[in-house]
Amino acid sequence: MTLDPATLRRDFPIFANNPGLVFLDSAASSQKPAAVIDGIANFYRTDYANVHRGVYRLSARSTELYEQARARVARFLNARQESEIVFVRGATEGINLVAYAWGGTFLKEGDEVLLTELEHHSNIVPWQLLRDRIGFKIVVAPIDATGGLDLAALEKLISLRTKLVAVTHLANATGALVPIEAIAPLAHAKGAKLLVDGCQAAPRLALDVQALDCDFYVFSGHKIYGPTGIGVLYAKKAILDAMPPFQGGGDMILNVTFEKTIYQGPPARFEAGTPDISGAIGLALALDYVDGVGRGAILEHEEILTGYGVDRIARLPGVRLVGAGQQRLGILSVEAEGIHPHDLATLLDAQQVAVRAGHHCAQPLMERLGLGATTRASFGIYNDERDIDAFAAAIQVAQKTFKR
Amino acid sequence: MDLRELYQDIILDHGQHPRNFHKLDHATHFANGHNPLCGDRVTVYVELDGDKIRDVSFEGRGCAISQASASLMTEILKGKTPAEADALFKSFHAKVTGRDDASVPPALQDDAERLEPLTGVKTYPARVKCATLAWHAFEAALKSGATGATVKTE
Repeated sequence: MTLDPATLRRDFPIFANNPGLVFLDSAASSQKPAAVIDGIANFYRTDYANVHRGVYRLSARSTELYEQARARVARFLNARQESEIVFVRGATEGINLVAYAWGGTFLKEGDEVLLTELEHHSNIVPWQLLRDRIGFKIVVAPIDATGGLDLAALEKLISLRTKLVAVTHLANATGALVPIEAIAPLAHAKGAKLLVDGCQAAPRLALDVQALDCDFYVFSGHKIYGPTGIGVLYAKKAILDAMPPFQGGGDMILNVTFEKTIYQGPPARFEAGTPDISGAIGLALALDYVDGVGRGAILEHEEILTGYGVDRIARLPGVRLVGAGQQRLGILSVEAEGIHPHDLATLLDAQQVAVRAGHHCAQPLMERLGLGATTRASFGIYNDERDIDAFAAAIQVAQKTFKR
Repeated sequence: MDLRELYQDIILDHGQHPRNFHKLDHATHFANGHNPLCGDRVTVYVELDGDKIRDVSFEGRGCAISQASASLMTEILKGKTPAEADALFKSFHAKVTGRDDASVPPALQDDAERLEPLTGVKTYPARVKCATLAWHAFEAALKSGATGATVKTE
């Protein structure tokens, strides 16, 4: 079961509207299939009204579609029940929600939160903000010499003081895959909870939160071929039940008086105000699209492209691939000798090759690797070997431009 | 766009072999420039003697555009007054942001023309800040004096 990028590319209008575009920045945000774009427009045209409020039938229909989207996400993650799915703006808000509502309630001075050197800023800064209020300690598990997570070192750092292990599933800056299945038992053995940042993993791996046995899993819709402004926080039901609200407002209450407010149960308790209804519906359509292509096929495709890219870059003189440990997926971060990543990205852009250059919101990892910045190519289902050839050829043109 | 328009020989030369790339021991003014988006950093040192810029230098790391811009700036600003430097920056800033509404007095025309190769960034909006970083740091240095300051591109 392999997928055909040339056929899938026709599902994405951006390519017809930008002939010649070589898009290698899906790790920042993926492009959107027509099914998502049109589905959102159709929802506004035919079924839109506010949710959870109206007694009229149109509102009931909109509410049903919104809740079906939640069920769709639950199925995508293999959650035990739909109420374990909280819609948020994105993974960033998901982590901030956990930090505020769970961390703010259950963490105290003397506790430890264990992060890794691979993390995106969004899985670092929320914990620092909370630490500054509460006074717990942030401990950081290192990477090994190959750029992968040092699992043995991580194991040694987990203790009875550790209350949370917060780790990426797939490092956005380098493409290093993290063995969550191995970390979950280590965390749980010491009574710690496990939060997984699944932004890069969700578009590339088949996910099963029950098999992973994580306590929290977050991802963003816009990186998995869905719209911007919507994301998902999964958390085990018992944990959500014990968490106080994140924000206060409409829809998250059972009864309000000026003396006392009774809150809803999860997930409504965590979705104050009118939610991103069309975003949730667009995300569900994106997940339909992804499952239609097949997650097995997508993983295989990403693995083939990654392998091809690693070989292709290895044959480019003066170009070095930044290490990603034993397992790399979907992301190639490179350094070209004598060319700053921003110059390289501009030189590639002039040849219609769109890549990301910079610190990839992972400054501590860049610092650890001794790099100010890298140039990053990342793949989606619409990419093929020719895109990687174009990337490699464009780098060679850039090298010629700089060495003339 | 032709890549050579943006990366002209003069830019590659100054980017790879920046002039006045050192700390200034007798600096009367200095400031740090930081572009948080790409991590480029530059420190600009100025030795002001009355109303004359006796010497100016820089240190830092960054892309070819930011290094070349800083290098060319230090060459041009030596011997100028702060008012002349300001006029040159205003005209340069206008050009790299795609406007052309700030001219310089005839006496500064040659210097303004030396900055011309950098104005290719105007078709790459994300790169304009690379070209102006050192100038912003220079401006901040004159304002802050010997205590130093840090200016960030917005």
